Amino acid sequence: MRIRYLLAGSICAFVVSILACGKGASTGSEILVGEYGSLTGGIATFGISTRDGSSQAFDEINKAGGVLGKKIRLLVEDDQSKPEEVGTVVTKLINQNHVVSMLGHVASSYSLAAAPICQSNKVPMITPSSTNPRVTQIGDYIFRVCFMDDFQGAVMAKFAADTLKAKRVAILVDIRNDYSVGLQTVFREQFKKRGGTIVAEQSFSQGDSDFHAQLTQIKATNPEAIYVPGYYTEVGTIAHQEKALGLNVPLLGGDGWDSPKLWEIGGNALNGCYFSDHYSTDDPSPIVQKFVADYKSRYKNQLPDALAALAYDAAKILADAMTRAGTTEGAKVRDAIAATKDYQGVTGKISIGPDRNAVKPAVVLKVENGKYVLVETISPEQVKL
Amino acid sequence: MTTFLQQLVNGLSLGSIYALIALGYTMVYGVLRLINFAHGDVYMVGAYVGYYLSRKLQGKEPSLVSAILVMMGAMAACAIFGLIIERLAYRPVRRASRLTLLITAIGVSLFIENAAQLLFGADPKFFPSLAPRADFIVAGVRLTSEQITVIAVSFLLMILLRFFIQKTRTGKAMRAVSFNLDAAKLMGISTDRIIATTFAVGSALAAAAGVLIGMQIPKIDPLMGILYGLKAFVAAVLGGIGNVPGAVLGGLLIGTSEVMVVGYLSSTYRDAIAFGILILVLILRPQGILGRVTKEKV
Repeated sequence: MRIRYLLAGSICAFVVSILACGKGASTGSEILVGEYGSLTGGIATFGISTRDGSSQAFDEINKAGGVLGKKIRLLVEDDQSKPEEVGTVVTKLINQNHVVSMLGHVASSYSLAAAPICQSNKVPMITPSSTNPRVTQIGDYIFRVCFMDDFQGAVMAKFAADTLKAKRVAILVDIRNDYSVGLQTVFREQFKKRGGTIVAEQSFSQGDSDFHAQLTQIKATNPEAIYVPGYYTEVGTIAHQEKALGLNVPLLGGDGWDSPKLWEIGGNALNGCYFSDHYSTDDPSPIVQKFVADYKSRYKNQLPDALAALAYDAAKILADAMTRAGTTEGAKVRDAIAATKDYQGVTGKISIGPDRNAVKPAVVLKVENGKYVLVETISPEQVKL
Repeated sequence: MTTFLQQLVNGLSLGSIYALIALGYTMVYGVLRLINFAHGDVYMVGAYVGYYLSRKLQGKEPSLVSAILVMMGAMAACAIFGLIIERLAYRPVRRASRLTLLITAIGVSLFIENAAQLLFGADPKFFPSLAPRADFIVAGVRLTSEQITVIAVSFLLMILLRFFIQKTRTGKAMRAVSFNLDAAKLMGISTDRIIATTFAVGSALAAAAGVLIGMQIPKIDPLMGILYGLKAFVAAVLGGIGNVPGAVLGGLLIGTSEVMVVGYLSSTYRDAIAFGILILVLILRPQGILGRVTKEKV
């Protein structure tokens, strides 16, 4: 019995000593920044684009002399597209690697899993591209540099009603995905407000591959367009099966579509479909064109998607905040991020509002033979929530 | 009504896939009394072999010939794969207790799944279109060429299997082995050879299912075999495990009811329904719809 107490005691002591080590982080010549993302699995291009964007930003910063006289080192952990892995990798980054700040994730469900861990460890976290409103409500250490679902859903509702002049739209939602359900709710409400009718609402779950049943039900209601606020793997598959069933109406979606793989999966079936996004590579402004050119020369001529651009902006804003704070200490960096105002990023002018969310316009892109063509830019003033 | 008929077609084409996989489960169970949990993964490997073969043939116009080549290639490769699994994993433990065999099967399944993730990558892959597309509209119901292919090929294979089991010498031997392994051996039947053949045939059918789903969906990934395998297993049990027509009936039932549930209720119940049916059948008719009651020898 006594041995057991001794053992328990020594384990406790061990744990405490490990935890204590965590406090003295970042005293070396490097600043460690953590990033968690999906580098493999069903939403792998999200994580890869994000990592590529943020690495490019940190490399540029390091080349220019770094932050506070130190170089920034980015540690990226893979969650394999499994939400249940997020807790493990984020805890590892914080407790073992002692990162001072965190970047991630693209998918809202994953950010929602990581945010409480960052909050309770007082590690500032910036999500480059999670659009679900609840993410930043977790606590005062959690920020985002993109717009939110409400806005994105409203943008697509406005586009469907005003630009496409559609009256009858069906919805196909990823029912177990916070992001997808968020967009669905706002779209439904806003589209009805603009005089349209939602003729059918069907659902699927991420990972499903057979959508014939849902699409057959939707087809029976004769919609003019289908809103599919899902991720690219399912969207590409849905587009393929939609056309196979002889349903030739455009699909509408959100930034979850933005992936170099989308076209590879859906191919011609996606021609004439529209989605809302954060920026367009067609934007002629010099900051966008410089970013696109640098990214292309760095990553084998690949075009940066919006997730790469947002990750780039998130990384730059984090470094900017550290510089202004004059330290990498959690609470001070948090205050500096919160004070970000009119930062000119690739994805537009970014100010962090009192609720730790960025306020900025959205673009609507059209899929044309593998290219995403800019159709319209919609600003927050144009849609009343 | 049109919608209902369309859903029925959707259900039958999904059900044919389940039926093809279920046949492998039921045949192996028939001869060895083994639930071959690695069978769903053989189906996945079949899909991947089909994918790489069709990539090789790509560049040429999609044609019926290349589609048949891909299908045959995948079936042959998986037949050999099935033989290897049987020879390396199951034959050494065949005389051991049934539990040992079952655990070996689970081990093989996990091994294939993880090896596939290493080999093919965890990212999903997408089948290029194989056969030229043509749609037929009958009474307002659209039959896509993919759905017709799936249903037609499945039924053709099932009829061939029926002929093979009922009319050929090997088929007769297979039935004898399934009836009583030891007695069959005493009658001079090479049971090793028959069991190996059973694995080869079952695996080839699973490969065909893999290629067909690749043509229809067209997404494949290294873990696709888990859920499809599980549902096909349910289909086999539903029809009466060990019973060949039962596996087909079970597959079609599960596929159709799944599509109807998604279409008319909600997609969230998609998987619940297959397992709900399983529980119901086990309570009401433990031997399955077409199964025979067998007395357990103690």
